Amino acid sequence: MSATVAIVDYGSGNLRSAAKAFERVVAEQALGLDVVVTSQADVVAKADRIVLPGVGAFGDCKAGLESLPGMVEALTQQVLIKARPFFGICVGMQLLATTGREHGDHAGLGWIGGEVVPLGVEALGLKVPHMGWNQLEADRPDHPLLQGLAPDAHAYFVHSYRFVCADPAQRLAHVEYGGAVAAMIGKDTMVGTQFHPEKSQATGLAVIANFLKWKP
Amino acid sequence: MLKMRIIPCLDVKDGRVVKGVNFVDLVDAGDPVEQAKLYDKAGADELTFLDITASVDNRDTIYDVVRRTAEQCFMPLTVGGGVRVNDDIRKLLLAGADKVSINTAAVHRPEFVREAAEKFGSQCIVVAIDAKQVAPGKFEIFTYGGRNATGIDAVDWARRMTQYGAGEILLTSMDRDGTKQGFNIPLTRAVADAVPVPVIASGGVGNLDHLVEGIRDGHATAVLAASIFHFGTYSIAEAKAHMKAAGIPVRP
Repeated sequence: MSATVAIVDYGSGNLRSAAKAFERVVAEQALGLDVVVTSQADVVAKADRIVLPGVGAFGDCKAGLESLPGMVEALTQQVLIKARPFFGICVGMQLLATTGREHGDHAGLGWIGGEVVPLGVEALGLKVPHMGWNQLEADRPDHPLLQGLAPDAHAYFVHSYRFVCADPAQRLAHVEYGGAVAAMIGKDTMVGTQFHPEKSQATGLAVIANFLKWKP
Repeated sequence: MLKMRIIPCLDVKDGRVVKGVNFVDLVDAGDPVEQAKLYDKAGADELTFLDITASVDNRDTIYDVVRRTAEQCFMPLTVGGGVRVNDDIRKLLLAGADKVSINTAAVHRPEFVREAAEKFGSQCIVVAIDAKQVAPGKFEIFTYGGRNATGIDAVDWARRMTQYGAGEILLTSMDRDGTKQGFNIPLTRAVADAVPVPVIASGGVGNLDHLVEGIRDGHATAVLAASIFHFGTYSIAEAKAHMKAAGIPVRP
């Protein structure tokens, strides 16, 4: 039986694009992985790699995740105990934080210390949401998720809040938008992107491939 | 640094691409999925489908177009036209759209925008505004593809829609649409300077200088065009090179 990549479906937006992007990489690179979209904790509990997407508000996403019986426990077991590779996308990345400060304070999973705070760039004359393509600047160019990207690689962003890592070494890459904004974070077997790899054309597919081949 | 976006727009009717000249006199310009793939390869920053299917019986054709496009193009996709209730938005997002644009339905019932933003998040709610100049420095919004005057001031409306949760404004200069004379810059600038969210300039692009003007003078952060790209007058690469030469940050 081939290894499984579980994309967690907790009612947060459309997972079709994410699933298709992962399937495309698996097929193109003959990785022999099964990509499954699931809301079942027992499927996640057996998965070899886990992807947590997410769009919408932090609190809503956290509540959606918690509404799935046994899901947070299964994720915790797989990621923190069994050290399975984990990829959080957009709000799925933000949920790793200790606290999210969007429409009040909400507890995150707390797996990567930090806070999710408003971009706060309006006074600089910048638009919110931060929407569009921004150039990735590697903070940890040695990290496996950043390998093989063009020096001027761009990724697609759409968000109004940013992740501030308690440990700056856990910020793997950033973009400039009224200051440095975390674009990719990582700790142990966990990574997350603020951008949408499934919407970032070749750059996004390269990051997905790096994740699927990553053996932390 | 955030780059300014170039967005080709495909008008889709009954599952086929058509091009609009002042919204009448439509010319078939091909299969939307094939065109989407070409724009994906060409480096377009986003893609927009405007569904102008009139018949209710054929409304479902857009979901199939969106589904097939999202399977093959890993780039942001916005879909507008005929979005009236939350279920329309849900179906488009499930088919693979990233954003939906709401136009006439917002004018009929502004609360729809608030409800949609609360349910799906501001990041996927675009409010499309069709505006015409009615007096110097005075702009009014129109509905039903520019046929119905509303008496609503475009700048006030844009501000209100962002307060209701719109995450982006797609602003079409109706008096310029199809004319190839360039965006209505005073309109674009008035709206872009009035709202905190990104504004996409649309309507009237006939050459690459117009794209530059929309951003440099109109203060939009994205430019939308249809015919100059569809009929090969200019490529996306030429558009980007021209904008870059004018000092506008674009994605390579």
